[in-house]
Amino acid sequence: MNRIWTYRPLKTALSLGLFSLLMIGLIGLLFHSTREQVAENKYQALLLQLKQVIPAYRFDNDLVQDSVLLAGQRIYRARYQGKAVAALITSTVQGYNGKIELLIALSTQAKIMGVRILSHHETPGLGDKIELKKSNWILNFTDIPFSEVLLKQWAVKRDGGEIDQFTGATITPRAVVLSIKQSLQFFLAHQTEIFQ
Amino acid sequence: MFRDYREIIHNGLWKNNQALVALLGLCPLLAVSNTAINALGLGLATVLTLVLSNSLISLVRRFILPEIRLPLFVLIIAGIVTLIEFSLQAWFYTLYTRLGIFIPLIVTNCLIMGRAEVFASKNSPLPSLVDGFAMGMGFSLVLLLLGSVREILSAGTLFAQADVLLGDFAANWTITVFATDSGLLLAALPAGAFITLGLLIALKNSLYP
Repeated sequence: MNRIWTYRPLKTALSLGLFSLLMIGLIGLLFHSTREQVAENKYQALLLQLKQVIPAYRFDNDLVQDSVLLAGQRIYRARYQGKAVAALITSTVQGYNGKIELLIALSTQAKIMGVRILSHHETPGLGDKIELKKSNWILNFTDIPFSEVLLKQWAVKRDGGEIDQFTGATITPRAVVLSIKQSLQFFLAHQTEIFQ
Repeated sequence: MFRDYREIIHNGLWKNNQALVALLGLCPLLAVSNTAINALGLGLATVLTLVLSNSLISLVRRFILPEIRLPLFVLIIAGIVTLIEFSLQAWFYTLYTRLGIFIPLIVTNCLIMGRAEVFASKNSPLPSLVDGFAMGMGFSLVLLLLGSVREILSAGTLFAQADVLLGDFAANWTITVFATDSGLLLAALPAGAFITLGLLIALKNSLYP
C-alpha cells in the first residue's frame, strides 16, 4: 500500500492537482469577495461615461438600467419625470487604424446633445484629436439640430459637407462624422420603437 | 549575509538588469512605455507579481518535483496575476481600465518565469523576495525611463494624467517640457520604442563595457 504513494507519475499528478486546487481556491475566494465591488465599479464607470453626453439635470431615471437592445445596438434611454428626453447610442466605425467606438446622445427635440469617443487606436498627435483630452473638436457637435434635410450636408468640408475637420487627419474625422450620421439615421428611423 | 543582499540588489538594478542586459520581458516593455504614467503602472504591477511569485515559489520549493516545475511555475504565476487583476478591478478600477489588457500579459513575461527558475526555486524566501523586488525595480526603472523619453519626445509633457494612477492629488503633476501641437510622432509609435530602447542599451554598454 505504501508503495503506490511513492510511484513517481502518481506523485507528480497529485502534486500538480493539489497546487491547482490551492490556486483555484485563492482565486475563487478573491473573486467572490470582490464581485459586488467590481459590479458597482463597472456600473459607476458606465454612468460616468453616459453623463458626459447628457447634463445631469436633463434626466432623473437610472440610465444604465433603462437600456434596450435594438437591431444589435445598445441604447440607453434618458427620461425626465417619465417623459422621453434622449437616446444614448453607442456605435462603432472603422477608423484609420482599427475601430472607433462612439457614444452619442440624441434628444427627442431633434438635437445632438453630445458626442464622445469611448475608444480608438488613431495615430497619436494626428487622429487622436477626436478625443476631448486632446482637442475640443468633438464639442462642435453639441447642440446641433438634425433632420432628414440637414443630413444631406452631413459630411466634412473636404467632402463637400458642412462640418469642420481638423488639420493632420482626413480619414479619422470622416469616420467619426459618418458614424454620427448613421446613428442619426438609425434614431430617425426607430425613434418610436426606442422609447416603447 | 549583508554582502549577498547587496549583490542581489546590484544584480537586479544594474549588472544583470532584466530589460537592458537579459532583454527579457520586451513585449510589455515596448507596448506600455508610450507615457511615463503607463510605464509606472505596469512597472509597479510587475514588481508586485515578481515579489509575490518569487516568495511563494521559494516557500513551496521543496514540494515542487523537478519534472513538473515549469507547469507549476506557470500555474502559480498565472494565479498570482489573476489575483492582482481582481484586486485592481475592485479597488483601482480606473487604473484597471488603462492597464487591463496588459495585466494578463505579465503572465507571459519571461522575466518572471526566469527568476522563478534561476533564483526562487533554489533559494530561501527572504533572498527570493529581495531578488524579485530588485529585478522588478530594475525592469521598472528602464520602463519608466523609456516611457518618460517617449512621452517628452512625442507630446512634450511628462507625467500627464498621473491622477489616473495615483489619485486626485496627482492631477497637477503634468510637467510641460515644451508646448507642441504634434511632437515627434515616431517616438509614440512602436518603432520609436525599439529605437529608444536600442539607444538606452547602447548607452549602458558604452558607459560600462
